[in-house]
Amino acid sequence: MERTLAAENQSTGRMKFIIGGLLIVAAIVYLIASSTHANAQYFLTVDEVYSKGAAIQNRDLRISGAVIGDSIQYDPGTLNLTFTIAHIPGDNKDIEAQGGLAAALHNAVVDPNRKTLVVLYNGPKPDLLRDEAQAIITGKMGSDGVFQADELLLKCPTKYEEAMPDQAG
Amino acid sequence: MIADLGFGALVITFVISVYGAAAAIYGGIKAKPEWVESARLAMLLTFPLISIAALSLIYLLVNGHYEIEYVSSVTSNSMPYYLKVTALWGGQAGSLVFWSWLMSAFASAVTLRKWDRDREFLPWVIVVSLITLSFFVMLVLLFENPFARIWRMPSGQFIVAMLQPAGATLASMRDGQGLNPLLRHPGMIVHPPMLYLGFVAFVIPYAFAIAALVTGRTDDRWIRITRRWTLVAWLFLSLGLIMGGRWAYDVLGWGGYWGWDPVEIAAFMPWLTGTAFLHSVMIQEKRGLLKHWNMVLIILTYSLVIFGTFLTRSGVLSSVHAFAQSAIGPMFFGFIGLTFSISLYLLLQRWDSLKSEGEMTSLLSREALFLLNNLLFMGILIVCFWGVIFPLVSELVSNQKVTVGPPFYERATAPLFAGLLLLMGIAPLSAWRHSTAKTLGRAIWKPTILAALVGLGVPLALGVRSWPSLVGFFLVALVTFVTFYEFWRGMLARHRTQKESLPVALLNMIARNRRRYGGYIIHLGVVLMAMGIIGIELFQQETQGTIPAGGSISLGNYTLTYKSLASFDTADGRNVARAVVNVEKNGKPVGELYPRRDFFFESQQPMTIPGVRNTWEDDLYVILVDWLPVSSQGASFKVYVNPLVNWLWLGGFVFVLGTLVAAWPDKESELEPARARRRTAVTVEA
Repeated sequence: MERTLAAENQSTGRMKFIIGGLLIVAAIVYLIASSTHANAQYFLTVDEVYSKGAAIQNRDLRISGAVIGDSIQYDPGTLNLTFTIAHIPGDNKDIEAQGGLAAALHNAVVDPNRKTLVVLYNGPKPDLLRDEAQAIITGKMGSDGVFQADELLLKCPTKYEEAMPDQAG
Repeated sequence: MIADLGFGALVITFVISVYGAAAAIYGGIKAKPEWVESARLAMLLTFPLISIAALSLIYLLVNGHYEIEYVSSVTSNSMPYYLKVTALWGGQAGSLVFWSWLMSAFASAVTLRKWDRDREFLPWVIVVSLITLSFFVMLVLLFENPFARIWRMPSGQFIVAMLQPAGATLASMRDGQGLNPLLRHPGMIVHPPMLYLGFVAFVIPYAFAIAALVTGRTDDRWIRITRRWTLVAWLFLSLGLIMGGRWAYDVLGWGGYWGWDPVEIAAFMPWLTGTAFLHSVMIQEKRGLLKHWNMVLIILTYSLVIFGTFLTRSGVLSSVHAFAQSAIGPMFFGFIGLTFSISLYLLLQRWDSLKSEGEMTSLLSREALFLLNNLLFMGILIVCFWGVIFPLVSELVSNQKVTVGPPFYERATAPLFAGLLLLMGIAPLSAWRHSTAKTLGRAIWKPTILAALVGLGVPLALGVRSWPSLVGFFLVALVTFVTFYEFWRGMLARHRTQKESLPVALLNMIARNRRRYGGYIIHLGVVLMAMGIIGIELFQQETQGTIPAGGSISLGNYTLTYKSLASFDTADGRNVARAVVNVEKNGKPVGELYPRRDFFFESQQPMTIPGVRNTWEDDLYVILVDWLPVSSQGASFKVYVNPLVNWLWLGGFVFVLGTLVAAWPDKESELEPARARRRTAVTVEA
């Protein structure tokens, strides 16, 4: 009799833990699912922005492209920054096929037939914003076809080839 | 010549590591101590060998041997001496050498401990350490060789190779490209070594865990042996994370310290499992529970350490940190997959012998709250992991790359962090085994009321109305009061029983229970950091504007007046533009700030250095954005007021202090608590 009672106590004790654990797991799953839904940003290339058209308006987007140096315009008075990015492939394999990121960025900038996108940003001009840098831009597509950026992320692949002319050989 | 020496030393290291691992496996299985001893000596040899390689590389870096590709990519003539030395970890290839160097140092240190009581662990600890080490050395040899030279072909082409291609001559380079200017900061010089030390030190507890699984000696001996190793690993990892935050705050010029960047998360994830592990091993030591779980945690930590090195080093994910890019990703994935599956297989083999020695009975007992703490840490880990792999997952599922940014992490982790703070307030007051709402309530009502008075009253009186920050301040106050209450209780008890004066009682109490009170000091550090985080995350103010010389801009209580700007060249290859800004607070002058912009000629890269005024109340953080030609004398500034952010750095300091207290060597016998536990377990069963 006593033994069954103890066993019963034990199983209700274990039940408490299982229910408590499940509640917490459910809470974590809910947090992740709802936060993902609220904050998902579509990562697109410039070509994809054009092919999707109106479907992506008012959505949070993240766009990667090559910065065209000549297009950079900056007004320090208003902190308005505009520049144009050219399409680079989104797939790492395509980039490797072109001889790496630096080469892919270079090809994108010198190719006059690439699709381009004008970006508008208000804020300090990032230190790394320059010709043939990779820009990863977060924001929304405006109805005027200009991309309204909230955040700029820039990467400059190192190219030691550039340092080569320095050598005396 | 020196390059050949370094490379040769690495080749020998690789051969010796593979031999050592094989000898240890053979000696371990066949119980032949002479083979294990040979493996031990092999492991001991790796440290001097990799030292030769690392020192050769440092020699090449310092002496400007720019014909070595790595040297020319991370150093230049204008760099000061100390930066040339630290360029050892300024790029990918060098970092891997540095990683291996630290790994071999830790592995050697382990072989030198007294093994009398744990002979059977030795071969398997050697196997794990040497396999890990040989993997990294192999990466260096085959994929990321820092000793490779630049050769000039007769056709005029340049080729990077270790050995001389036919007909090629060694390129003679006058100068290198120099280290990325963003990395030329004291925080960045110390931050990677700290992280790496943390990473490699976690290999040691993992090695002992695997040794316990292989040998079947699955009591908590492996946990007791590695307790200090784990704390040391955790200390370095924490230090690395804190210093990385400080570097971002000082250098990256966006007014923040943590950007939920994949690489930051990569370093944060092993810290999360490591922290969960540090807590849950205490349950195993005290109550003999959660043995499977602890194994899972240390296996996860090891995998995340390798994954972290991989994320920082492979460039799979777009990130500001991707200073290093290469194609070694598949190798890392293969290694992680292999070690993870072998570890899980071993764990399943020993599943039955890792049965708990008892049951958890009360939901409010100390052990149940520790379990909850583990669940929350794992929850944060899953959020982080999900965020990092979500782009890859979404691409596989919908052929569309979807990413999540900082708002995702902030929203999903904030409640979990708040839960952890709450537990920090409750758990110290709960009892082991049986704790009811009644006993816990009796212990906690006083600190709760005090916390409500201070944590809610003070912010409300100051005009704070946002509920997330009020919840945060309340929790901060609760943990603070509970922790001080714990110190006070212990000190008073000792004062009464031992007849010691209060300060002596306090010091003796901490000295006798280093881990417990060290832990509480760490909690206080966390609370201070939480204050800083609440301050900067929820109350940061910012403005920007262009003002002429003599003009002003206001933010919060501050008024900034732009006085002048000077532009000049420095001897180490920079052009510096430095503004002088006068700061007034509530109309009273409080000093000058000098935000500036350095332009590095050789890398053609500018770097923004903010002018910061630190006080305990807030930071005034001023960035020089741009300036107009000298004639018009106008300049643009971005200004942040970051309330309470200095408590974050103070908290980091207290945190480290607490870890040192906890990790400080004890003289008391390590076996004592285990025996005590067994005795109580017996009485309970009887």
